[in-house]
Amino acid sequence: MNHPARRTPLRACHLAAGARMVDFAGWDMPVNYGSQIDEHHAVRRDAGMFDVSHMLSLDLSGVGATDFLRRLLANDVAKLKAPGKALYSCMLNEAGGVVDDLIVYRLSEAEYRLVVNAGTADKDVAWIRRHIAAMGANTTLESRRELALIAIQGPRAIERAMGAIPELNTANGVPPPFSAARLADLLIARTGYTGEDGLEIAVPAVRVEAMWNALLAAGVRPCGLGARDTLRLEAGLNLYGQDMDEHVSPLDAGLAWTVDLRDGERDFVGKAALVAKPAQHAFLGLILEDKGVLRAHMKLFAAAGEGETTSGSFAPTLGASIGFARLPLGTTAGERVEVDMRGRRLAARTVKLPFVRNGQVLVDIDRPQAS
Amino acid sequence: MSNIPTDLKYTKSHEWIRVEADGTLTVGVSDHAQQALGDIVFLELPETGRRVDAGEACAVIESVKAASDIYAPCAGEIVASNQEAADAPETVNADAYAAWLFRIKPDSAPAGLLDAAGYEAEIADA
Repeated sequence: MNHPARRTPLRACHLAAGARMVDFAGWDMPVNYGSQIDEHHAVRRDAGMFDVSHMLSLDLSGVGATDFLRRLLANDVAKLKAPGKALYSCMLNEAGGVVDDLIVYRLSEAEYRLVVNAGTADKDVAWIRRHIAAMGANTTLESRRELALIAIQGPRAIERAMGAIPELNTANGVPPPFSAARLADLLIARTGYTGEDGLEIAVPAVRVEAMWNALLAAGVRPCGLGARDTLRLEAGLNLYGQDMDEHVSPLDAGLAWTVDLRDGERDFVGKAALVAKPAQHAFLGLILEDKGVLRAHMKLFAAAGEGETTSGSFAPTLGASIGFARLPLGTTAGERVEVDMRGRRLAARTVKLPFVRNGQVLVDIDRPQAS
Repeated sequence: MSNIPTDLKYTKSHEWIRVEADGTLTVGVSDHAQQALGDIVFLELPETGRRVDAGEACAVIESVKAASDIYAPCAGEIVASNQEAADAPETVNADAYAAWLFRIKPDSAPAGLLDAAGYEAEIADA
């Protein structure tokens, strides 16, 4: 290795649990603790936890914070009327490409928490600081690298977490979906990246090991980045750097629903580019009907022309291979397409995303399940 | 750590080879390889009767993580593929040395194979 990978405060816990560690965006992270498929099923059926401390928490505060975020983000934080509400948004460049995707939580009238991707964190901080300066915004940005993050996900995640984290048993300890509650030094958010109910908890690094061990004792299974990827794929959730990046418009990546154009008075970075150039592609789910496994960047042949997969894997909940497909505009769900797999053309079918939500399979699977 | 039976031969590309009494070679992937691949979900095995060259990619293992080629250890003819393993790819994770992939009738004795100690040294360097 050229440079030592960065480590989260939970590294010793991962090694004790038998993790297989890999480099992810410069971080030494657990990819699985044995079987990625078993971890995937634990989240769909019971409860699993992920160390996502490589992601960065950023706090924005000041009387100008709301106006600044309304100009910085493609989604409109004016929707966050009450403190505690959360919003998913893209942060765009002037050309309408995606600098990063993030979650923003409104903590109080003039305080926001942003959680950004690990691989883009340094770029994001520089980008936000530059725009605060350029806009003369009355807001300050604070990087909260001392905060660790644990995502606890699954139909029994909250019940099991309540047995492990005393703060959750206080009044308002478990916030409603897509909301967050600040309790002492914790930020407890009812959000996630798996399509299941659950929590994402920001906790000071000094406390995180004790919390992880308490969750483990309460029956929450450690899950690695491998399961995180198949869970988000089944849930129809994009991965930055793979399904979209600085050269891809959110309108071409299935993220039009996150671009808020309703307030005609509001300007935001990238808006002019999006208005000038509407969607160029359809973005759909794909189910492979022949045998094999879809991967990113496979060439697709549809009735209206060529396309490509942006993500693909084996979907444990479906017992089939699925992916995301960028296809010619006009392609709709339910169409047959062909996939180039190692020089052979295999049959696939487009579907509406997501594939799975709250443990329920939402698409038809014709082929017999593998197990 | 990795299990490396001493009665088998190995390649640098992580296949194991057993020389059968009739001179055919049974080929699979090593325990080290199945660990590195993670959960295996699909096997694409060669058709019986196919001619292969030494080092030719003739099978594919797909894990949840990635697709990996499996190479013929020598030139010859494929005389069998393990349909049971293809129907239950996870058996390669469970026991990589029981879940063989294909058998090859070699044109001549294969050269350059590693013994267990040689393979152990090979994966220690990686």
